[in-house]
Amino acid sequence: MANQTKKLTKGDLFSAFIRSNFLQGSWNFERMQALGYCFGMVPIIKRLYEGQERKDAIKRHLEFYNTQPFVTAPIIGITAAMEEQRANGADIPDSVINGIKVGMMGPLAGVGDPIFWGTLRPMTAALGASIALTGSLFGPILFFVLFNAVRLAVRWYGIEYGYSKGTDIVKDVAGNKLQKLTEGASILGLFVMGALVCKWTSVNVPLVVSTVTMLDGKIAVTTVQDIFNQLMPGLIPLILTFICMDLLKKKVNALWIIFGLFAVGIAGFAMGILK
Amino acid sequence: MELSTLQIVAVFLMSCICGMGSILDEFQTHRPLIACTLTGLILGDMTTGIIIGGTLEMIALGWMNIGAAVAPDAALASVISTILVIAGNQSIGAGIAIAMPLAAAGQVLTIIVRTITIFFQHKADDYAREGNLTGIDICHLLALFIQALRISIPAVLVAMFVGTGAVQSLLAAIPPVITGGLQVAGGFIVVVGYAMVINMMGAKYLMPFFFLGFVFAAFTNFNLVAFGVIGLVMAIVYIQLNPKYQATTAVAATAGGNANNNDLDDDLDD
Repeated sequence: MANQTKKLTKGDLFSAFIRSNFLQGSWNFERMQALGYCFGMVPIIKRLYEGQERKDAIKRHLEFYNTQPFVTAPIIGITAAMEEQRANGADIPDSVINGIKVGMMGPLAGVGDPIFWGTLRPMTAALGASIALTGSLFGPILFFVLFNAVRLAVRWYGIEYGYSKGTDIVKDVAGNKLQKLTEGASILGLFVMGALVCKWTSVNVPLVVSTVTMLDGKIAVTTVQDIFNQLMPGLIPLILTFICMDLLKKKVNALWIIFGLFAVGIAGFAMGILK
Repeated sequence: MELSTLQIVAVFLMSCICGMGSILDEFQTHRPLIACTLTGLILGDMTTGIIIGGTLEMIALGWMNIGAAVAPDAALASVISTILVIAGNQSIGAGIAIAMPLAAAGQVLTIIVRTITIFFQHKADDYAREGNLTGIDICHLLALFIQALRISIPAVLVAMFVGTGAVQSLLAAIPPVITGGLQVAGGFIVVVGYAMVINMMGAKYLMPFFFLGFVFAAFTNFNLVAFGVIGLVMAIVYIQLNPKYQATTAVAATAGGNANNNDLDDDLDD
């Protein structure tokens, strides 16, 4: 009965890849990305199951699911491989498939969040923004192309990798390869953040500390900002950053902090302390 | 400036794309760099759009959806503030200031929509019982469409009324001390985003790299690309030398000759 074997085609996986770009479309507070995950699995379910089995498969993939969106790719790959085995008669109960999904989404989000949201996007966005501030279209284009090239590669190769490795991938998640990647990304991200805090901020305190008439008749004016700049440029933004980090850790809403800083700016400007 | 019908239709379509980007978080069409540039293009002043985009992008650098937490909404803030600056003749500083309450409003709107879409989740359960895959697709895409309307309806309303005298005089009534102060605040408000990114990393023991980056920036004229390369090199060296990762390498080295080389390659690939 060899002709009974059900096989996923490259086209099915490609279709799942395209659909996985819409993972979060129906994000809701009850089951979060559950419907989006099922939406990604539709071509696979369509190929493998019919009748009652199809109903069960849809139900199976409507269970609670939430992770960093891009790292969903390998999970889709693995579940596709498992569903294929199951459709060919392997005894894989629902609980195992859901166990893999739930078991992987936590650790993978722990890797995906610092790499994509903590490093890749801030870095490509800051690079694009620094060019955009000069009014050059190259800035937005650079951001869009760089970010999406990496993202789409992760999505496609992630699905392929997950599908070809199947459940073996769990070993990779447990191993230190992903830990290395996360730690490396964090180092890169934090280093660049340090540079951004210093250079891509501007604070000017024009308060005059002393006005000295030099021997040659020139007048040397020293402002508070001059003193700060001699000591350590960017010191005020650094202190502000730490205050913000502390407030955020105390669960203060980021927008309130922004409004607070706006108030500081307006008050400082009105009193002539800030320029 | 009054917008033409064609421009309003274009604003509708573009803000639908931005609204979808905001929930999907995939192509980043909701980020200020993209959304403001597109809005500027439609309104006939792309350069201003790009500059607003760059300024807002730095502020929004740390706005991210982690787990079930919902970030301030960059899409609504970007599209409407750019319309107000270009078509409403406002300064960029004022536009940035208006963008912040808009981000808060967008955040509330997406929370409402994310609650409404629970309905589609349940409708999908019904379709699962019927084995109806098309029904699943429809449920998912309808939910996505509501997220698109969340941005495009407010954006079109603003685009229609921005040219009217009432809106213009309202915007003109903002005193210069406010706009000036907002401009000043714009210089350091970006630290909130930086703080969010640093907190998210949650790696206190790696903070020396943050300070190193800070001091490097204070005393050199390197650009961001240079910082990226230096950061990458340090990350690779750190991982190669870290004793935590040495145990497996040592075992592999005794097992086979080339293991060390392979490990180095892996690190470079990372």
